[in-house]
Amino acid sequence: MSSLLDSRGFEIVARQDFSDVTYLLEVRHPLMAKAARAGQFVIVMLDDHGERIPLTIADFDRERGTITLVIQAVGKTTREMQDVCRVGTFLHALAGPMGEPSHIGGQHRVVCVGGGLGVAPIFPQARAYKEAGAHVTAVVGFRTKDLVFWEDKFRACCDEVIVCTDDGSVGIKGNVTEGLRQAIAAHPDVDEVVAIGPPIMMKACAETTRPHKIKTVVSLNPIMVDGTGMCGGCRVKIGDGIKFACVDGPDFDAHQVDFDDLMVRLKRFAATEKAALAKYEESCRMGREPAA
Amino acid sequence: MAKRKTIRTIPRERAEVGEQDPQVRVQNFYEVTLRFTPEQAELEASRCIECPRPACTPGCPVGVDIKGFIAKIAANDLRGAYDVITQTNLLPAVCGRVCPQENQCEGACVVGNQLAPVAIGRLERFVGDTAIAQGWSNVPYIEPNGFKVGIVGSGPAGMACAADMAKAGCDVTVFEAFHLPGGVLRYGIPDFRLPNSVVDAEIRNLEKLGVKFVCNTLVGRLFTIEQMIEEMGFHAVFVGTGAGYPSFMGIPGDSLNGVLSANELLTRCNMMQAKDEGFDTPLPIGAKVAVIGAGNTAMDAMRVCKRLGAEEVHCIYRRSRNEAPARIEEVHHAEQEGIAFHWLTAPVAILDDGKGGVRGMRCIKMELGEPDASGRRKPVTVKGSEYEFACDLVVVAIGTNANPIIGQTSKIALDKRGYIATDADLATSLAGVYAGGDIVTGAATVIKAMGAGRTAARSMKKYLGLRD
Ligand SMILES: Cc1cc2nc3c(=O)[nH]c(=O)nc-3n(C[C@H](O)[C@H](O)[C@H](O)COP(=O)(O)OP(=O)(O)OC[C@H]3O[C@@H](n4cnc5c(N)ncnc54)[C@H](O)[C@@H]3O)c2cc1C
Ligand SMILES: Cc1cc2nc3c(=O)[nH]c(=O)nc-3n(C[C@H](O)[C@H](O)[C@H](O)COP(=O)(O)OP(=O)(O)OC[C@H]3O[C@@H](n4cnc5c(N)ncnc54)[C@H](O)[C@@H]3O)c2cc1C
Ligand code: SF4
Ligand code: SF4
Ligand code: FES
Ligand SMILES: [Mg+2]
Repeated sequence: MSSLLDSRGFEIVARQDFSDVTYLLEVRHPLMAKAARAGQFVIVMLDDHGERIPLTIADFDRERGTITLVIQAVGKTTREMQDVCRVGTFLHALAGPMGEPSHIGGQHRVVCVGGGLGVAPIFPQARAYKEAGAHVTAVVGFRTKDLVFWEDKFRACCDEVIVCTDDGSVGIKGNVTEGLRQAIAAHPDVDEVVAIGPPIMMKACAETTRPHKIKTVVSLNPIMVDGTGMCGGCRVKIGDGIKFACVDGPDFDAHQVDFDDLMVRLKRFAATEKAALAKYEESCRMGREPAA
Repeated sequence: MAKRKTIRTIPRERAEVGEQDPQVRVQNFYEVTLRFTPEQAELEASRCIECPRPACTPGCPVGVDIKGFIAKIAANDLRGAYDVITQTNLLPAVCGRVCPQENQCEGACVVGNQLAPVAIGRLERFVGDTAIAQGWSNVPYIEPNGFKVGIVGSGPAGMACAADMAKAGCDVTVFEAFHLPGGVLRYGIPDFRLPNSVVDAEIRNLEKLGVKFVCNTLVGRLFTIEQMIEEMGFHAVFVGTGAGYPSFMGIPGDSLNGVLSANELLTRCNMMQAKDEGFDTPLPIGAKVAVIGAGNTAMDAMRVCKRLGAEEVHCIYRRSRNEAPARIEEVHHAEQEGIAFHWLTAPVAILDDGKGGVRGMRCIKMELGEPDASGRRKPVTVKGSEYEFACDLVVVAIGTNANPIIGQTSKIALDKRGYIATDADLATSLAGVYAGGDIVTGAATVIKAMGAGRTAARSMKKYLGLRD
């Protein structure tokens, strides 16, 4: 229990930079490493003035007692984390694993689709499907060849890996829906598709599989505060009902999700967020010594 | 000996208490009601007629010896008063501020039959605040008994249970999902009613008893209740996870971007300090705000919005002022602060501004019909009375449901509504696991949650074979 009582917070034990916006943090939390399952996420606070942001558990290592986060710097908090999180520094808060684990088991042939933010989060799912005995095809999308990461990890646990790039510099040229289409064409008996990424991508995947009536699961990423079902900020429209993504999800049946509603809700604080990032960048420019 | 006081010999009016001027206080988050001065407290204490069989104490959910502590104040023995209160109530500085006294102790006080009842809450707060200022705490000699007790949730129910188990000699750990302890006292009730410094002081007192607080721990997900008993060595567990799963109305426009729960607004503002410079959490600010509901949560949301700079704040409630569930003092304070109350009014739809936000609300007038099962007269709609008004933020405070996480992750039996099922001793269906507070009763009050924590502690001691 003592690791939980470390007043300094949660120690970062490894960091890797995949590109100028994507980075990996491995954080020590033995209990969480033990508990985490595919599909779950954490809530992080960088420091005591920070906001609470959700991040998917992209990997966990029970032996090392760590969990791995893969983060895209898109705004103030994720940019600041990119700037200040180093090996040996601490996150102020780290709570989880949160959310219902993905329902894995019983599937025969599965396609796991990850694009943008979703490439890392789809990894534990792909691995879990494989461990549960399914044939797994991974479809992962990047902008260009230089931004590709974790291809080796996917190859190690999947039967097939289809890489897609926007510019065609490696793999299929086009976005992940193109890869998904090819995977379905090659394996008409696919019985489940899982897609994680920006809402627009998940929506496109849902539309790709709908005519084939293939069960499709997406992991939704609405704005969260507590992650425990207490604020209702993360509510999403599923079929005729309202669900709280943090406790009822984050996985939902893609064919029931109102993605347009989700996309509008993700812009709730757009103006404030833009201003916060601009202010942060300004303060960096003012305060920073020329790079050594 | 002095002649016995009677209702005719005591001061007719309550001792005055300082209050921030409404015009001033809507611009800050400092406390609205000030603490009694020692003179005011003494004067108010003199209004207690020291009934041989006090009616007030049975009105208090934990049975504070009210006559006893007021007598100590009158005798200028504040430490003594503190000792009397803390025999039953761990958090006088909190309860003195937030108890709905008019329905509890003060509602039962006999002076109230003819005059304003003794201001028991304010006196209790005076004692509690004095204790904090003086650094008093009652740490008994504790002999460790080797039992490990786990508490899930750090709200008033968990705090009260933790204190009693620690005093009994158990090794007590409180697990909290948030990064800070306190439950609703921290994230819900705003500083102008209950400053966080008071919550901090009470938590420090628990730490003095040896209680450990472990935050960032979502029980059920990080480990289960069953694991606590079977693998982690806890001999008994208390679940006090509250009922903070907010309801929405199910009317058109519910999920527009300008619509949020009071819990979300209050958490962002209070716990995450979004209102203060230098904190990163965004805060939705409305120029014209409509708050739906008239409980304490609704009042807090309205008054927070006012302080955040809203020009207009409207309260929409389908019953009348008499039925409003909030503490009377909060309704009164909200009125003073210029909240526009639409009593007997129900929301019909929230209107879309075409960009995903809110441009207004459509409401309908209600009138009170026949009494319903709860004995309250049931509001019914008045045909043809629909009207619209402009607003850009809608805060929903119509109640909460049971938090589902413990139910999702353990075999603990729930009742029909999803709350944890217990027997009269607050034992759950799992051996050694007890539960109390809002997660058992549904949303209630701070003092009832504390009372439940103490009842559960008594049962847990019996279960562990400890003397009470
Ligand atoms: C369940 C879940 C899992 C996620 N997993 C990952 C992940 O593994 N890697 C990753 O890089 N990102 C992930 N995200 C998204 C991540 O939380 C946001 O990118 C991050 O909060 C942005 O914060 P910011 O201050 O840097 O940017 P901002 O400029 O503040 O926000 C950029 C955009 O991110 C979204 N956002 C902002 N605040 C929140 C919030 N509190 N909660 C959710 N979304 C928010 C909004 O759409 C906003 O417009 C996940 C989100 C959810 C809900
Ligand atoms: C805005 C507001 C104003 C109020 N005003 C008043 C008032 O003036 N007077 C009054 O008497 N009452 C008031 N109430 C009601 C009162 O606050 C509650 O009845 C009381 O706090 C219930 O106490 P509790 O300990 O059961 O739960 P809570 O106070 O809800 O505490 C539960 C705690 O458990 C934590 N938790 C939940 N799930 C888990 C988990 N799985 N693992 C770990 N931790 C978990 C939560 O984060 C929370 O901190 C108000 C409530 C609100 C929301
Ligand atoms: S705890 Fe609450 S109800 Fe009891 S005496 Fe104190 S203020 Fe009154
Ligand atoms: S009922 Fe009122 S007057 Fe009587 S003992 Fe209680 S507080 Fe004093
Ligand atoms: S994040 Fe608050 S309820 Fe889901
Ligand atoms: Mg942000």
